[in-house]
Amino acid sequence: MESAVVKFGSSKYFIILCICINTVLTLFISQALADEMVDKGYQLSQRSDQSDRGFISSISELKMVLRNATGAESTRVLKISTLEIPDENFGDKSLVLFSSPRDINGTALLSHAKILDPDDQWLYLPALKRVKRISSANKSGPFVGSEFAFEDFTANELNKYTYRWLRTEACGEMTCDVIERFPQYENSGYTRQIAWVDQSVYQIRQLDFYDRKDSLLKTLLFKDYRLYDEAYWRSHHLYMKNHQTEKSTDLLYSDYQFNTGLNEKDFVKGMLKRIR
Amino acid sequence: MKKILLKVCLNVFASEYSVSPRKTPVSEALLFNQINALLGKMQYSYFIICACLLSVLSHAHAEFSGQVGAELRAFPRDAQYSDQFNNLQGSIYFEPEWRHYIGEHLQTVVIPYLRLDGRDSERTHADLREGYALYRVNEWEFLLGVNREFWGVTESRHLINIINQVDSVDNIDEEDFLGQLMFNASAQYDIGRFDVYLMPHFRERTFAGDKGRLRAGLPVDISAARYQHDDEQWHNDWALRYSHYLGDWDVGVSLFTGTSREPRLIPAESGRQLIPYYDQIEQLGLELQYTQDAWLWKFEGLVRAGQGHTFLASVAGFEYIFYQVFNSGADIGLLLEHLYDGRDTTQAPVTLFNNDLFVGLRYSLNDMQDTLFLAGIMSDLENESGSLRVEAERRIGNSLKVEIETQLFINASNDAITTPFKQDNFFTLRLSQYF
Repeated sequence: MESAVVKFGSSKYFIILCICINTVLTLFISQALADEMVDKGYQLSQRSDQSDRGFISSISELKMVLRNATGAESTRVLKISTLEIPDENFGDKSLVLFSSPRDINGTALLSHAKILDPDDQWLYLPALKRVKRISSANKSGPFVGSEFAFEDFTANELNKYTYRWLRTEACGEMTCDVIERFPQYENSGYTRQIAWVDQSVYQIRQLDFYDRKDSLLKTLLFKDYRLYDEAYWRSHHLYMKNHQTEKSTDLLYSDYQFNTGLNEKDFVKGMLKRIR
Repeated sequence: MKKILLKVCLNVFASEYSVSPRKTPVSEALLFNQINALLGKMQYSYFIICACLLSVLSHAHAEFSGQVGAELRAFPRDAQYSDQFNNLQGSIYFEPEWRHYIGEHLQTVVIPYLRLDGRDSERTHADLREGYALYRVNEWEFLLGVNREFWGVTESRHLINIINQVDSVDNIDEEDFLGQLMFNASAQYDIGRFDVYLMPHFRERTFAGDKGRLRAGLPVDISAARYQHDDEQWHNDWALRYSHYLGDWDVGVSLFTGTSREPRLIPAESGRQLIPYYDQIEQLGLELQYTQDAWLWKFEGLVRAGQGHTFLASVAGFEYIFYQVFNSGADIGLLLEHLYDGRDTTQAPVTLFNNDLFVGLRYSLNDMQDTLFLAGIMSDLENESGSLRVEAERRIGNSLKVEIETQLFINASNDAITTPFKQDNFFTLRLSQYF
C-alpha cells in the first residue's frame, strides 16, 4: 500500500518531472537556438556593415525621383558628403546640399548621427542665410517629400538595431540570408525591418519595412552595386515602394568619390553657410 | 555706356513687366524714368565692387542661378493719407546669382537685386545683396566685399541680427536685408567659430515713399538722414561673434559697436516730413537654443547703450512640433514667444515689441510641392494692438513658386506706431521663377 502509494506517487512525480525537464529543455534549446539566431543575425549584419567601412570620407551626387500614385514625377538633385567615424559607438557625419528644385538650391542639412541618442541636425536656409538647429525627433517623417524617411538615411549604423537571422533563401541569382532587425533608437516609425543580405559580397539587396502596426509599409530594393577601390560596394539605384500609398522614390547615385580629404572641420555648424 | 545699359534693362524688364497682373499699362517713358532714378539711387561704391568682381571672373568655374518674380499687393481699404495710392500695387523683381570658384581656396559671389514697383517710386530700387571674394585656408576664412549675415534663433523678431540694414520697403517683415560692405575674418576651431567684422560703410534704411502704403504718418525724407558721428556713412563699425554648439545647446555671443541700423525718425523743421537719425551704439547680444525631442527652446537677448538709457531687450519662447499629424507626413509646429524691450521712450528708435506675445503655427505638408502654411499673431500685452500674418507657399512644377501673404492690423489705433497702418491691411500674391 505504502509502496503502491510511493510507486504511484513516484510515477506521477516522474511524469511531472519528465514534463518539467522536457519543458525546460525545450525552452533551453529554443532559447539557445534563438540566441544562436540572434548571434548569427548580428554577425551577418556586422560582416555586411564592415564590408563597407574604411572609406574615411565620401562624396556623391544623388538624383531623387519622386512619383505619386498617379505617376506624376518630381525630381531633387543633391550632393551628399559623408565623414566616417570609425568608432561603432558614434554615428557618421553627413552633409546634404540641394541644388534642385531650384527654389531650394543651396539648402543644406548637416547631421551628426548618434547610435541610440537623437542625432544633432542643422538646416541652412539660403534665402535668409540662416542656420537653424532642428529637432531630429522626426525620424519617421518624409525626407523632402519622398518615400524615404529621415531614419532611412541616417539609421544604417550597426548598433542601431538588434538582429535575428530567419533563413537562407534564393534572391535573384544569388543566395541571401534573411535577417530581421529591430530599431533600438527612439522615435522610429518601424516595429521591424527584414533585410536580404547576399552571401557572396554581403550587401543588402532588399529591405522590407513594417510600420508601427506591424503591417508591411515599404520595400526598398538596392540595385546596380558597383565596387570602388576594390573595397567598397555601393548601390547606385535604390528603389523605394510604399505599399500603402502606392507612391515610390528612386535614388540614383553617381560619381562616388572616396577618401576625399574632408575632415571634421567640414562637418561643423559654422561651415554650413560656406559650403557653396 | 549708361545708355546702353538702360536700353538693355528696359527691354528685359519691359518684357517681364508685361506679365505683371497690374491692369494699367506701363509706358516705356515711365519705366525709363524709373530705371534712371534707380541708377541714381544705387550706391556707386557697390556698383564698382560688382563690376570689379565680374571682370576678374572670366576664367573661373562658375555657377549661375537666381530668381525673377512678379508680385501683386492689394489694399482693400482706402488709404489713410491723401497722397497714398489705393487698391493694387504691382511689382517685379530680379535677383541673379553668380558663384565662381578659382582654384582650391578662392571663391567669389555676386548677387545684385532689382525691384521695379508700379505705384511707389521708393520701392523701385536696386541693391548689391552680395558681392564678395572669400579666401579660405585651413581654419581661416577672409571675406572682402558686400555680404549678408544672419544671427539669431527666434522666429517672431530677429532681435540681435545687426550686421545688415533692413530693406523695409521690400517687405515689412524685416526678413529682407541690404548688402553690407565688410571685411570679415573667421576662424573655425574645435571650441567654436570666431568672427570679426569691420564695416566701413553704412547703409541707410529704406522706407516707402510719399505715395506708398505701409509708411509712417509723415513720409520719411531719406536724403536728409543725419548721423550722430561726424563720419556719417563712412564710420568704421565693428562686430565680434562667437558661436558654437554643445550637445543639445546652441549658443552665440556677439558684440557690435557702431552706427545703429535702426534710425530714430525726427520731424523735419517743415513739419511735413520725418528725418532718419542714426545714433552710435554698443550692443551685446546673446542667442541660445536648447533642442530636446520635439521641443525647441529659444532665447535672444541684448544690452544696448547709446540711445537714451542703456536697455535690455529679449525674445524668449519655444516651438513644439507635432510630427506626422492626421496620419500623413505633415508636421504642425506651435510657436510661442514673448517679446520684451526696455528701451528709452524718448531717445531711442520706437519699437512695437516692448511687451508683446507672439503665437504662431507652422503647417508643413512635406509633400512633393513643399506646401507650407504659416500663421502668426503678435499682440501687445499693454494696449491690445497687434497684427495677424498668414503666409502660404507651394511649388508649381519644378521651379515656379507661388506665395500668398496677408497681414491684418488689429486695433492699430491703440498704438501710436501702428496707427499709420490702420488702413493698410494687405494681401500679396507672388509668383517666383527660379533658375
